Amino acid sequence: MSNAFADGKAASAAPPDGLAVLEQRRSTAETFGIPLAVLAELTHRCPLQCPYCSNPVALDRGGSELTTEEWKKVLGELAEIGVLQIHFSGGEPTARRDLVELVRHATDVGLYTNLITSAVLLTREKLSALADAGLCHVQISFQGNEPVVADRVAGLKNAHERKIEAAKWTRELDLPLTVNAVMHRQNLHQLADIIQMAVGLDADRLEIANVQYYGWALKNRAALMPTQEQIEAASRIVEDAAMRLKGTLAIDYVVPDYYALRPKKCMGGWGRQFFNISPAGKILPCHAAESITGLEFDSVRSNRSIAWIWQNSEAFNRYRGTGWMKEPCRSCEYREVDLGGCRCQAFALTGDAGNTDPACTLSPMHEQIFKDAEREAAAGENRFLYRNFAGGTLETEGEHGA
Amino acid sequence: MASSRNISVRETSRPKLPRHTRLKFDETRQVWVILAPERVLAPDEIAVEVLQLCDGARSVADMVDQLAAKYAAPREAISTDVIAMLQDLADKGFLTEARENTA
Repeated sequence: MSNAFADGKAASAAPPDGLAVLEQRRSTAETFGIPLAVLAELTHRCPLQCPYCSNPVALDRGGSELTTEEWKKVLGELAEIGVLQIHFSGGEPTARRDLVELVRHATDVGLYTNLITSAVLLTREKLSALADAGLCHVQISFQGNEPVVADRVAGLKNAHERKIEAAKWTRELDLPLTVNAVMHRQNLHQLADIIQMAVGLDADRLEIANVQYYGWALKNRAALMPTQEQIEAASRIVEDAAMRLKGTLAIDYVVPDYYALRPKKCMGGWGRQFFNISPAGKILPCHAAESITGLEFDSVRSNRSIAWIWQNSEAFNRYRGTGWMKEPCRSCEYREVDLGGCRCQAFALTGDAGNTDPACTLSPMHEQIFKDAEREAAAGENRFLYRNFAGGTLETEGEHGA
Repeated sequence: MASSRNISVRETSRPKLPRHTRLKFDETRQVWVILAPERVLAPDEIAVEVLQLCDGARSVADMVDQLAAKYAAPREAISTDVIAMLQDLADKGFLTEARENTA
């Protein structure tokens, strides 16, 4: 009976989704079955200003956000078409005053709920109310293992201290905790301590994700790009910790693709097993997809159903499967393995989302981006451009964003 | 405080699913699923039957008795299989035990 549980989770480096269950039952490549998990970006508002924020550079304003009733309708529709898990994210999802109401509604319609939060706006009472509303899991982001680096990266004073406190409440309320740590040149030296911090906080899971360079992170690439030595050291630390902490702390590691030879199978493939909903209601193949200009994304505010948009919309079908590929992808033996890598990265670095992701050695641009990464990592430009609605604010000497 | 982790499943254990682990029938795909943080597991028929017995009150011994009678199978073999399966789930962090002295 050792195989009684077919694990639906994809390889550890892939974004969380758990779609293998679908793939075992029928080919998603043929049917584009509805994803098991969907990311709901409730708002782009956030008290943090992390320079690698995964939100688009052009943020959705508060006034354009879906209303409580609109989100409730969306949650009901998602459950009805077969989505099983909902990740409430942002921006900062707890900035929405109706979060408890939305979690309760998601629970009522049968969705498994996950909160992805910076935690700085949480109080014990708020977290307790969320737990009572049926919240199943909390993921808290950390920017370092101590306040000096962490608060500087977050661009917010006392952020680290508040996160630690919220993580403790999470475990006191018997909610499972995932610690998420985004790694880059400014904090990679803290990796071993961050792992210890996660153990100390009694986390169940630790996600160690190297920055992926689109949007805000691309603007901050020179300040964030790690050296190859840092990456090699980090990989050793993670491997060692994963072995040592087996059964205590599950560790997922997302590698930085600039130093890779093969591109990542981004989002498990465009429009294949994941979508997210932006604060204003757009249904997107990934959270960065709006950075690709020339693609029109349908909204839950249109007269189309979510299932129709997923299956039929032009944007989702544009880069689905392998039919859109040019050389060198088209004839590549790995085309079904990585599906050409990341469309957003291809667009950001080559100007055409239909090109091979330059993270791939077969891309004519690979060598150049590898050299850019090495050069930027060595140059030591450390100043951040903080993420905000004003298009970003440069870190100033002596007085950083925090 | 938090539920105990790293439990060792024995015949005397009274296992149950922690509240963040949900056993659910997925109407869309017509399969049983276990929903857990960032994961969806697909238990097979036997696993589903065992998990439905994990209510925190029944002991593993009771479950084994029940299954041995139902399937007219040797108790020892059933016990080995059930404990291995529950231990696998416990190792993944998706099974907990009822507290002592709850009776």
